[in-house]
Amino acid sequence: MNSRTDSRKVKNVSRRELLKLTPVIALGAFAIPQLQKPLLKGGLGFSDWASARLFRSGHLASTFADSDLTSFDKFPINDYDVDDPGVDFDKWTLTVTGAVQKPGDYTLEQIQALPKFTQNTRHVCVEGWDVIGRFGGVRIADFLKMIGADPTARFVTVECADDYYESLDMATAMHPQSLLCYEMYGQPLTREHGAPLRLSIPTKIGYKQAKYLTDLKVSHVLGKVGYWEDQGYSEFYGL
Amino acid sequence: MATRALTIEDVKTGEVTQAVYEHPFVVRLCHWVNAVSLFVMVGSGFQIFRAFPSFGAKIPQKDLINWPKAFALGGWLGGALQWHLTFMWIYIATGLLYLGYQVFSGNYKQVLFVRRDLPGVWPMVRHYFFFGPKPPVSEAYNPLQKHAYTSAIVLGALSVLTGVAVWKPVQFSWLAWMMGGFHLARLWHFLIMWAMLAFVFGHLAMVVLHGWNNFVSMLTGWKKHPEYPSE
Repeated sequence: MNSRTDSRKVKNVSRRELLKLTPVIALGAFAIPQLQKPLLKGGLGFSDWASARLFRSGHLASTFADSDLTSFDKFPINDYDVDDPGVDFDKWTLTVTGAVQKPGDYTLEQIQALPKFTQNTRHVCVEGWDVIGRFGGVRIADFLKMIGADPTARFVTVECADDYYESLDMATAMHPQSLLCYEMYGQPLTREHGAPLRLSIPTKIGYKQAKYLTDLKVSHVLGKVGYWEDQGYSEFYGL
Repeated sequence: MATRALTIEDVKTGEVTQAVYEHPFVVRLCHWVNAVSLFVMVGSGFQIFRAFPSFGAKIPQKDLINWPKAFALGGWLGGALQWHLTFMWIYIATGLLYLGYQVFSGNYKQVLFVRRDLPGVWPMVRHYFFFGPKPPVSEAYNPLQKHAYTSAIVLGALSVLTGVAVWKPVQFSWLAWMMGGFHLARLWHFLIMWAMLAFVFGHLAMVVLHGWNNFVSMLTGWKKHPEYPSE
């Protein structure tokens, strides 16, 4: 459709077409310091929201053959403070509080009385590396039943002997592969790996697998989220 | 598809030129938003990579490269992840909008590399790199351009798929499985980024060499003095 027109008209048409692109400038908001933080927080929040929607309670993380295991000496020990916070095993108990019928101090023997599950699962660190380890323990779901946790509660939070702390959404806590773990590679946890009790959640990123647990709380609202999350990491980070 | 075309008469000199409407609004919008997103995704991706610059084991760790912080965005791992996990949605949304528009408008014919374009590739390579004669221009993009743009679109899709496999290796275990597991998915994601960067470098070089006219057309949609028949 050729039509003859004069150059002024073309200039006007071009200018109008160029102006249509002005919404792209809105992305510049990310470069403004006062706006950058809330925008990125919103973006991360949206990702967490989507992550929670993508989580499927019945979907299991892959499990592996013993021959796929990373050898125990090559299973990294990550901590933010000390490898060994010096837990006194004789006096150790898990202190349970919050929306539960039976709060109180639980000994390792009481926890180990629950059915034991062992699984070879992948441990993925937020840094990018991954290893396959053998983890043994009891289902968090079984423990929550034992302590009479309110089924309508939304979070399980834990505190650790090294002042680390973490939280889990209830759907993930109830997942059949989410463990209160007291064994790795068929041996009681070593101090570096979080003795006497740690989390092993193959549907979550590494920093959620808190070690040296001392306290467990069931709650409807979340105050602090987790040591890394409160510094800007993803709150949900489900794999 | 009939291209909108104009014959322009300069009001002062009376000179007559042609112009065609080469890039629809949605294509231009997606192009520029994607340019920003790609920059952010690559920059923050480098910062994320700095946390573990290796594709081997953690113990013992053998770094592939000590990536300089100057070419990284986000300041630290957590900050970079915030950028990455925010802009991935913009990147995906732009990609879907672009693909949807191209398919439903029929405009995809402008860029899609098809079998018919195959014989034209070598003459263009000869022209660009070995001083061969310039093949006749019959449409907006020559076969080599179509090949490059189609590849870039495929790479864009693959960057998302490999990224999802790295982000959600459990929920999208089938994706991770197709890539050989989480560990290799991370490597694919990295390699696809480099392939995309190779495209971007070539693309920018061609813009610098060939054309103000091309550059303006991606802003206004209109290209003056098209080398091909406007209808």
